[in-house]
Amino acid sequence: MSPAWLQAFQMVFEPYTILVMLGASVFGLFVGAVPGLTATMATALLVPVTFFMAPIPAIAAMVTATAMAIFSGDIPGCLLRMPGTPASAAYTDEAYAMTRKGLAEVALGAGLVFSCVGGLFGTAVLMVAAPTLAEFALKFSSFEYFWLVLMGLTCAVFISSDKPLKGLVTLFLGLLIAGVGLNNPAAYARFTFGNAELLGGIGLVPLMIGAFAVSEIIRYVVDTAPEALIVEAKVGNVFKGMWALAVKYPVQILRGSVLGTIVGALPGAGADIAAWMSYAMSKKFSKEPEKFGTGHVEGIVESGSANNSALAGAWIPALVFGIPGDSITAIVIGVLYMKNMNPGPTLFTTNPQNIYAVYLLFIIANLIMLPLGYLCIKVAKRILKVPRDVLMPVILLFCVVGAFAINNTAFDIGIMLVAGLFAYLLEENGFPITPLILGVVLGGMLEENLVSSLIKSDGNLLAFFGRPIAATLGAVTFAIWLWPLARQLLRRRAAAPPVPS
Amino acid sequence: MKFNDTVWGAVLLAFAGTLLWYVQRFPSIPGQQVGPVVMPSALAVGLGVCGLILFVKGLRARGADAAPWVSLPPWFASPPQVVGFAVLVGVNLLYLLAVDKLGFVIVGVIYLSALMWVLRVRPSRALPIALVMTLMIHYCFYKLLKVPLPWGLLQPVAW
Repeated sequence: MSPAWLQAFQMVFEPYTILVMLGASVFGLFVGAVPGLTATMATALLVPVTFFMAPIPAIAAMVTATAMAIFSGDIPGCLLRMPGTPASAAYTDEAYAMTRKGLAEVALGAGLVFSCVGGLFGTAVLMVAAPTLAEFALKFSSFEYFWLVLMGLTCAVFISSDKPLKGLVTLFLGLLIAGVGLNNPAAYARFTFGNAELLGGIGLVPLMIGAFAVSEIIRYVVDTAPEALIVEAKVGNVFKGMWALAVKYPVQILRGSVLGTIVGALPGAGADIAAWMSYAMSKKFSKEPEKFGTGHVEGIVESGSANNSALAGAWIPALVFGIPGDSITAIVIGVLYMKNMNPGPTLFTTNPQNIYAVYLLFIIANLIMLPLGYLCIKVAKRILKVPRDVLMPVILLFCVVGAFAINNTAFDIGIMLVAGLFAYLLEENGFPITPLILGVVLGGMLEENLVSSLIKSDGNLLAFFGRPIAATLGAVTFAIWLWPLARQLLRRRAAAPPVPS
Repeated sequence: MKFNDTVWGAVLLAFAGTLLWYVQRFPSIPGQQVGPVVMPSALAVGLGVCGLILFVKGLRARGADAAPWVSLPPWFASPPQVVGFAVLVGVNLLYLLAVDKLGFVIVGVIYLSALMWVLRVRPSRALPIALVMTLMIHYCFYKLLKVPLPWGLLQPVAW
């Protein structure tokens, strides 16, 4: 075994890291199982705490908590018909229908076991793809990076929402927010309006806590929907019959995992979109599509593995290029920068032990999900009875203190509140939030590479297509931009009456 | 609160115009044609175009079925939710304004009990929970993570 792997094992199997992972598991399972608290929120809430940890335990906390939360989001879907996290929303009705048929045990078991399988699959792809891509990326210049970031942002707009125009607006706003402060090619204080706190830019952490946690709490406070009732379902051994399912649906498991990993790796689209897409795909290719929606396990098997594999997939572009694959890795990248583990291809050459440690963390997190998830299902009814009227205020105060803790300034609390209110308003009006966050995370990188490319080429725009990889990336970006237009034209032509000859 | 696409479009257009005008004062990098003005200008143009499309789209849709300029969310008609929202904003403002004077523990208890009150938790339950949770958060951040949460009035008995 190479010394780097050995070092990785030592870092991961340190008692402190293991303890952090156990704590994060319990936290993640709880957050996922409580409707209204999402996996992204779990990550955002972890930031202030991980701020005070060494890099590996900090990453361990995030990897474990998110994996657990994405699984345990299935539990309230099954028992309350309310997805615990958006990633379970795709098959909530299906799982609930199974519960009504007395099959809660199978639905929960499938969620747990195939979450683990999907997670491990995604990890395997991460282990193979990331180093290969990193080697490739070492040769990238500012031109390639510019296109790569632009392509990532483009994907975020066109894939993560059905309203590209509104996604584009929030993306631009995010890029604009990233431009606040001194962090620009001329180190000129932009948009600070004489405020010294703004010189350093708008803090990513308070922004994320606001956008993903505070907005969620606002939504809860103003929610007028009546309390959901828990179905009294008998849940015995959830592992019973899982092997039979794996034998029955091997193609579905593989397809879900592959699709999940790819969707995860695409910037802006994460576990929730992976689950929706693979549920639809499962229905389309199923031999018994008529059974979907009536309490049929096939779709749960496929999309349950998809949403967990997406988690690992999202880390591929995050580690190699610093481009987040979903909103969770957008937060993680912020943490990596704070820990001096700047993502990028050099991370693989200079500090391979850290990367290996990330792989190990993913494997362990997905494996301990089986026993811990089992226990979580056992106490699920108690978790679901947790009074959210008490929980939400406490989380909000935690957010306030957490936002304050990063820089010890009240200004960050203000940013968090404004971000929360703004995110709530935007989402109410159908503007997606993920492009905004990606814009904030990637704005600096986009501008830096754009300006240095322009300087290098003396303002010649053709230079952006002067290198083969840059040209390819540029062409793909344009293709994604033009695709909606082309599709509209094609539709119009198809709809037009044939020209008489 | 929902605004019609036309409203969003108009606001975005106005914002983009102001932005484009404002950023022209940014200096360039000496000896270079590009500088800190490039990105914000490009973004202003992008936002302007999006705003224009939204504006036109909204106007067109108005002809077919008139969506109101502004529509209030359903919870605006429900007093408990309105009070809830107001208290949520209020306790946070209170925190920002008063935490240095009163201290974290006092503000924290008020913060939590007020929020629990609007979420209809019984006061006999809300108060003790608020106290315990405030002390717990205080312990985690102040003692374990060494975050300097202000003591305020309680400075003489700081522990």
